[in-house]
Amino acid sequence: MAKPSYSNLPFYASLGLKCGLEVHRQLDTAHKLFCDCPVRPYSPEYHAEILRHMRPTLSELGEYDPTALMEFKTHKQIIYRLNRETVCTYEMDDAPPFRLNRDALHRAMVLSVMLDLNQVDELHIARKQYLDGSIPTGFQRTMILGINGLIMCNGRRIGIRQLGLEEEACREVSDRGHTRTYMTDRLSIPLIEVVTEAEARTPAEAADMAGVIRKICHLSGLVRTGLGRVRQDVNVSITGGSRVEIKGVPRIRQIPGLVHFEALRQKALLEVRDLLRDSGVEPGAFSDDLDVTAAARKHAKRLFQKRLSRGNKARAVILRGCAGMLSHPLGPGRTLASEVSDRIRVIACIDDMPNMTCSDDPDGPTALFDEARRKAKAGPADAVVVVAGPVRDVVTAVQEVKNRMLEALEGVPRETRKALSSGVTSFERLLPGPDRMYPDTDLPPIVLSQREFETAEDQAPEKLWDKEAAYLGSGLSQAQVDRLLTTDQFRVYDEAIDRVKLRPSILAYLLVDFRVGLRRAGVEVGALDADLLAALFGDDSCASIKQKDAAKALEQALRDKA
Amino acid sequence: MTQGDKFKGYRGPGLETLKRFNVGVWEDVCVRSAKGEFRGIILPRSETADDRHIVLKLDTGYNVGVAAASCIEITSKGRREANYHIQENEFPTDPAKPDVVLFGTGGTIASRLDYRTGAVIPAFSPGELYGSVPELADICNLTTKKLYGVFSENMGPNEWIGLAKAVAGAIESGVDGIVIGHGTDTMHHTAAILSFMIQEPAVPVVMVGSQRSSDRPSSDAALNLIHATSAACISDIAEVMVCMFGPTSDKYGLLHRGTRVRKMHSSSRSTFRTIGDIPLALISEAEIRPLRTDYLKRRPDRKVKLDAVYDDRVSIVYYYPGMKPDVVDALVDNGYRGIVIAGTGLGHVNKPLYPALKRAVAKGVHVFMTVQTLWGYVQMYVYDTGRDLMDLGVIPAANMTPEVALMKLGWTLAHSDDRDEVGRMMLTPVAHEITEREPPDGYLILQGGLPEVERFLKSYQM
Repeated sequence: MAKPSYSNLPFYASLGLKCGLEVHRQLDTAHKLFCDCPVRPYSPEYHAEILRHMRPTLSELGEYDPTALMEFKTHKQIIYRLNRETVCTYEMDDAPPFRLNRDALHRAMVLSVMLDLNQVDELHIARKQYLDGSIPTGFQRTMILGINGLIMCNGRRIGIRQLGLEEEACREVSDRGHTRTYMTDRLSIPLIEVVTEAEARTPAEAADMAGVIRKICHLSGLVRTGLGRVRQDVNVSITGGSRVEIKGVPRIRQIPGLVHFEALRQKALLEVRDLLRDSGVEPGAFSDDLDVTAAARKHAKRLFQKRLSRGNKARAVILRGCAGMLSHPLGPGRTLASEVSDRIRVIACIDDMPNMTCSDDPDGPTALFDEARRKAKAGPADAVVVVAGPVRDVVTAVQEVKNRMLEALEGVPRETRKALSSGVTSFERLLPGPDRMYPDTDLPPIVLSQREFETAEDQAPEKLWDKEAAYLGSGLSQAQVDRLLTTDQFRVYDEAIDRVKLRPSILAYLLVDFRVGLRRAGVEVGALDADLLAALFGDDSCASIKQKDAAKALEQALRDKA
Repeated sequence: MTQGDKFKGYRGPGLETLKRFNVGVWEDVCVRSAKGEFRGIILPRSETADDRHIVLKLDTGYNVGVAAASCIEITSKGRREANYHIQENEFPTDPAKPDVVLFGTGGTIASRLDYRTGAVIPAFSPGELYGSVPELADICNLTTKKLYGVFSENMGPNEWIGLAKAVAGAIESGVDGIVIGHGTDTMHHTAAILSFMIQEPAVPVVMVGSQRSSDRPSSDAALNLIHATSAACISDIAEVMVCMFGPTSDKYGLLHRGTRVRKMHSSSRSTFRTIGDIPLALISEAEIRPLRTDYLKRRPDRKVKLDAVYDDRVSIVYYYPGMKPDVVDALVDNGYRGIVIAGTGLGHVNKPLYPALKRAVAKGVHVFMTVQTLWGYVQMYVYDTGRDLMDLGVIPAANMTPEVALMKLGWTLAHSDDRDEVGRMMLTPVAHEITEREPPDGYLILQGGLPEVERFLKSYQM
């Protein structure tokens, strides 16, 4: 298959693609956000474990959040691993928050200036519910510092909806059956969440927006860098579809493919909806389910080997008029049946794959389906889904199969999805709404002083797009500018540029491409700073030096130093 | 809507600004300020917050504060009032299930947001409880009775007496078990005094609370309530007990004797510990497992010995090195009738206090010695100081914790002021407030960092 062009504007415009980002980036503080635990490199080591469950609670406006109710249905046991060096009773939710980390606040305020936000005068800490267990309190403490900002991306103004300062969640270690295990060292590290408006029109633009925010973060010098310190949530919708959030994408280069296939998935789901409606399928078509334990033992023993042991049950759900629908393709290697299977895995916690079988499956146990159809007085036009496992999980699974089919009748369900290594996504949870927000009653509002605003304003560097324009104007290529910024070498460049006589593009070459090459070749490059460059290339004669010769001179100097 | 409601919580510049632009709480507005434009619903202002900001709830669910002084224009698009209620469903009744009364005194077993203070306030009706903890209906038929709505530090003699009478009344009316919702801070005080006021109850009397309020997904409230209700229904331990988390993990609860339990951590879920002994029982969703046999059994009669009296002219003196005698003198001069000393070590205070203590005893004040180590007995024969103090008339109170001794002394002084009788009553245990012996595992505080403890923690889930 030819690689699709992710910047084909007319194609994505025909779908009505809209895409926005939520960029989560850790701030480079010494301590966590609400306690004095240090921020350390991640480690799998732990000294103790605790076990918790989560229950949904009402939002401030008196509603339950749908995601919260979904997580409650999963009956998950959450285990937290605790390392004495990185976790205290606060992260364990055995102590209230101490005070807000002022260094983190200051850093986030500087970034608010850089994103041109309308800044909030008084911060209100909110609790954002997360019942997946990723935070032991069951909520993330988060606050909005500013709204309605903007960035420039490829010459377009892109709106920034808001910047939040929040605490990091745990790192998931494993999630099997009804047990999910987390490591807590990352928990409560301060991070900013930058939310853009849904103004990317193509998958490529979404990645470009992420790139701009990344460069702004680097330019600030206030964030942590490296893998595991930044994650992007990507929101995608098409005309007639729904907002779907692809969670926690670690690398920007993954974004275009994920957005593309999500757009196509939504389009395919709309086709499924139309097919279902055209063939007269109504919500009542999914109401029947029946016990098929004996038939499954007889006809699908191999398939359900593990899951038909001791007291477990198998149930069939009859989907009237739906034969052929479950095999409708939704993306590479994905069908509607994959979506149903995801729900069973995530919500009913039946996660030995395959966790279901359906009558659209060419290798499926036909005799089992036939028997289910016979018992249910169903015919060949009706699809059958069979699930097996512990009774309680099967009851949940049957309900989820029905729920997912009801959603298929509506079109595209609002979900958060997880990026798979294959470049497509799978269901993670229902998309939460504003009902998961609740004011934090443990800490009073934080009034920001005029002085704090002024200090942030003073410390904020020039706007990224102004700085980039200056670099480009001095003859650097866009690729050089990007690399200078994202490798943080722009600091050395800025310090050196007035002290060397080199052409700017040669200086940039030395600091990014050539420096990386040297390091890979095993040359110690730690001494490559503005002083060295000034000593080597400060003379007027260097104005005409060729890139190749400058590189040679630099390499020699570094080797001599080592 | 009154003017007060329209501007709920706003004062000073905030109130003036709302009035100036003729907008009030729950109005959906667009605020133009020096910092830019903000759209959202105006929320009531907490009374404890300053008077210079207006709070908006943005569409995203976040709240932000805008400085009143920076507002240039506020325009309203209508009202969108929040309707905060805990889902209320009728509590199902089943004649086959035991009847439990839940008395409310305050605390956060179930709670909701209070816009006046920005803090949480308790919610309590059976319907509300059923809405938030539906599992209760599998355990019992529940009726609730709100006696007080106070934080536990505001419980005092009047509340204790009222509570004891209510509990006795409920026992006599034939319920199968009693649960008392109570703030955790002074739960052990109330548990102790109830142990003296409600003797030999025919059914379990179980106190319960939560360390994390029930408006949090990780709250211990629901599980504590489920455990306490089960204990009240099923357990055959007919004593005054506290039912709270055993470990910090959501694993099981412990039933503690009302006179031996103490809150030992300001915030941990596993804060309640039995001091100087082992708990009565372990309780999980699966079972109630007694850890001892020497408890009073549930009886079919509906009897209870109610003795709800208290003399509040009692105090604790928490001794510290360098304490001056005027502390004791002040109590005596102010008419206090009983003093519990929390002494050092085996029960000691410094010499300068001797004359003051002698004077107190001479004036008829009853002085008892307990230990601030909490664990262990007072033993005043080992050192001269102890013997001197006993000569002055200070009576060693065995292994009552200071708080329990205080509760007992207040209760005792409501019966008698006679020195011998007070001494006799204080030292005659009513509900295990003094035990004959401290078992070897009655004092266990594991020390973190030790290899053997590390092994235990890693294998166990604390």
